[in-house]
Amino acid sequence: MTSNHSLSAERLTLGYGERTVIESLDLAVPPGRITAIVGANACGKSTLLRSMSRLLAPREGRVVLDGKEVHRLPAKQLARTLGLLPQSPIAPEGITVADLVGRGRHPHQSVFSRWNDQDDAAVDSALEATRTTELADRSVDELSGGQRQRVWIAMALAQQTDLLLLDEPTTFLDASHQIEVLDLLTDLNQARGTTIVMVLHDLNLAARYADHLIALAEGRLHAAGTPEEVLTCENVRAVFGLDSRVIEDPVSLRPLMLPIGRHHVVPPRDAPARTGVAREAGR
Amino acid sequence: MSVPLVTRPPSTGSAAGRARRISRRRLVVLTLAVLVVAALAGTLMFGQTFYPPRDVIRVILGEQVPGASFTVGRLRLPRAVLAAAAGFSFGLAGVTFQTMLRNPLASPDIIGISSGASAVAAMAIVTLSLGRTEVSVFAVVAGLAVALLVYTLAFRDGVVGTRLILIGIGISAMLDSVTSYVLSQAAEWDLQEAMRWLTGSLNGADWDQALPTLAALAVLTPVLLARSRDLSAMQLGDDTASALGVRVERTRITVIVAAVGLIAVATAAAGPIAFVAFLSGPIAARVVGPGGSPLVPAGLVGSLLVLVADFCGQFAFGARYPVGVVTGVLGAPYLVYLIIRTNRTGGSL
Repeated sequence: MTSNHSLSAERLTLGYGERTVIESLDLAVPPGRITAIVGANACGKSTLLRSMSRLLAPREGRVVLDGKEVHRLPAKQLARTLGLLPQSPIAPEGITVADLVGRGRHPHQSVFSRWNDQDDAAVDSALEATRTTELADRSVDELSGGQRQRVWIAMALAQQTDLLLLDEPTTFLDASHQIEVLDLLTDLNQARGTTIVMVLHDLNLAARYADHLIALAEGRLHAAGTPEEVLTCENVRAVFGLDSRVIEDPVSLRPLMLPIGRHHVVPPRDAPARTGVAREAGR
Repeated sequence: MSVPLVTRPPSTGSAAGRARRISRRRLVVLTLAVLVVAALAGTLMFGQTFYPPRDVIRVILGEQVPGASFTVGRLRLPRAVLAAAAGFSFGLAGVTFQTMLRNPLASPDIIGISSGASAVAAMAIVTLSLGRTEVSVFAVVAGLAVALLVYTLAFRDGVVGTRLILIGIGISAMLDSVTSYVLSQAAEWDLQEAMRWLTGSLNGADWDQALPTLAALAVLTPVLLARSRDLSAMQLGDDTASALGVRVERTRITVIVAAVGLIAVATAAAGPIAFVAFLSGPIAARVVGPGGSPLVPAGLVGSLLVLVADFCGQFAFGARYPVGVVTGVLGAPYLVYLIIRTNRTGGSL
């Protein structure tokens, strides 16, 4: 099962009130791959994600899913194809894991339909995929941060969409849980062909886990492409205003960005010519 | 009989736990319904004079029974029906607001909607001497106006629960003073009318009050029940609900109008029976458990609260107290408890 849905934005302009956040942006999400959106704080990453999932109507331009404008599609129909996990969803007090994950079935239900075997199967497979089956009857309040994030992802999985958008799924998690969540999303992408688009804060994790990087700077698309194409010191300087050096990560062979601040920087003696140094370190 | 392609062992899946929770929930709802019917029957039979079930049933079927026809048919029956209907309306509307705004303090009797309906109803009856139907219409319009006012005042880049609640409490206090003023200016006002509009009372209840309340319930309950799944999704936050395919704004407007309609019609008939809307949802959630929709259980708890409180108010103490005084005594400690608890856990309102 591979998803062949095409999701793209055409001359998209977004904003809240007076403020324009994204201006005339064009982008295409490669189907069946993992895409990470990176950029400085408040550059419009989350706004873009919200608009791509119909939560925010564009000022100009449009978001297109399979040739149809997202904001014109019936809400439930869209929710069966495209899922979104917002940055801080709210768990009702005392709700069990199974019931919370079951809420993900909403777009597959109608006013008169009853909970059926298909719903049960979807919830079970979502719990299994996120390794939260043994938590099913526990209350969400009791869980650790990492477990809770897995449960929220399970809810999004129960929605059974071919596209899944996630807004900073690793925030507030420690290192091992961040890796756990990203591994889980990769499993999902490989096993089911789910197209994944996520906003990530950590450039190096984005470069390691994403097939496609989108770098935003001040509401505009600065660069898009493979991690090797996008994660360069020139782009890091342009997008984050940060000097850096980019080397090959010996673990993943993907690019790895090493920031160069004002302190704790050793003057380079034999700087590798391959990737270059962003700044003449002062002698 | 169809044979499932894949059989899942029930012990490992989530289905077993869900089935257990659903059957527990059914049992609780059924028990609540039985208790409401029992309370209804009790209030029809007991009072200054006891009438056996046989007499009560004959009266309900329209037969003439000496004594019982008047006491049960004319006094107790409309009062009990109004108690149950108003209680259900308050409970259902209250839990709808609490669920939608994700805050137990956000019930219509705390944020001024009941007070608005009550102030205008008092004005319409005491000052303008209008008839029942007009009063109900006025109350509904006032309830909607207050809801709109509170919502607009609380709106700044979206509505934050705390701001809405604080503004609502302020508006509510203002409207209560309007009610007091109207009552003090009335040429001939009696204590019963005053108590009705200040705390809620079922004294002198007749069919003219009970029937509009029943009619509003019959129309608006299905509207709210049809939205109960959307409401459950909205508990996860507006963004999550939208991502699940809920039209958040449309749902919010439908639900507010329906819930305000219920509150306002019931308030026009029985006054703002104190804290019933506020208490029913949390009590229902406690007995039913989290997960399922709290709407019907909260309505049943509301009915039960009003029936039992009215019965206690009439007969349990030496003097007769209006129902709102009894529910007020029950509700106030819970309000204090809620505020203390949120303070301890460091949360905001």
